[in-house]
Amino acid sequence: MKQKEFNFKDYIRNRYFPHIWCPGCGHGIVLGALLRAVHELGLEKNEIVVTSGIGCSSRISGYVDFHTLHTIHGRALAFATGVKLSKPSLKAIVPMGDGDALAIGGNHFIHAARRNIDITAIVMNNRIYGMTGGQFSPLSGSGKKATTAPYLTIDRAFDIVDLAKSAGATFVARSTVFHATESKDIIKKAITHKGFSVVEILTQCPTYYGRKNKEGDAIQMMEGFNTHTAKIGSKKLENNPNLIQRGIFVEDKTVPEYCEAYDQIIATAMKESL
Amino acid sequence: MAKNKPSEPRTKNRIRHLIDTQWCKGCGICIHFCPEKVLEFDEQGKAKAVRPEDCIACRLCELRCPDLAIQIIMDKEDNHDHP
Repeated sequence: MKQKEFNFKDYIRNRYFPHIWCPGCGHGIVLGALLRAVHELGLEKNEIVVTSGIGCSSRISGYVDFHTLHTIHGRALAFATGVKLSKPSLKAIVPMGDGDALAIGGNHFIHAARRNIDITAIVMNNRIYGMTGGQFSPLSGSGKKATTAPYLTIDRAFDIVDLAKSAGATFVARSTVFHATESKDIIKKAITHKGFSVVEILTQCPTYYGRKNKEGDAIQMMEGFNTHTAKIGSKKLENNPNLIQRGIFVEDKTVPEYCEAYDQIIATAMKESL
Repeated sequence: MAKNKPSEPRTKNRIRHLIDTQWCKGCGICIHFCPEKVLEFDEQGKAKAVRPEDCIACRLCELRCPDLAIQIIMDKEDNHDHP
């Protein structure tokens, strides 16, 4: 049977649109990429559970017409872990902001990665706390302006890819909203991957980060994602190794997935008790 | 019929731009990234397909619209004229 043509209206809760995101906010592009990925994988809507925490990005769970949980700040991965363990057949997707994932939920993030539980974490990195008014986040980096750093930030930024890698995530990738199709393809692979997948998608917050750091409007920020990033293995990166790398950094299929490993422990325990 | 038109569409399918002006927030991303300059702002600051005949259906506008306000609709009926 030929697959039906993609129409995002099949996958969203129309009544909540237009969404709350600012004009030019990149989060909507990530939403589009996620919906396209789900469509191309041919997943049923009730096969998916989207769990999110708090923040602009976490509003995604209200907009998608899957099973959804809008939970507490930083703890979306903890909730998703519970859901996944009780119903391992569900595809668990957790869209998070950079602050939600790595400041408030930093601990949950590294431990979910260490366990290698089959969850897809999409970190929408706009390098600021947008919803609460432009406070700097652990991804802002030093020398940036924010509401809470009028004289520039001094904290260095995390590298989400390096952090996820060393915490033990078995699928780690990065893309940007400029590269919408690449983002979609990476999300597809991440959802299919059995284990903890981290997809960092650089996205723009023109309202706070862009305006405060004179990075221009949404369009200029998106053009920046094109000029300041390069695909791994590309000529562009070879010529300028300081560019932000895009692509898939880790894809390890040898590590046991947590739910399966847990099932084995249960099976062993049941045998012992007989 | 089509050959009498001054600018014949480059694609065999007829392409329509379905733009939801209630959802469009006028960020201009679609206008900027359109390789054929098909879109412009209307008088209300929303995206509008002013040169739909130039559209090559690359769907960059649809892919990058943060408001999910654009859909490219390909009318397939024309396929019968161009087997």
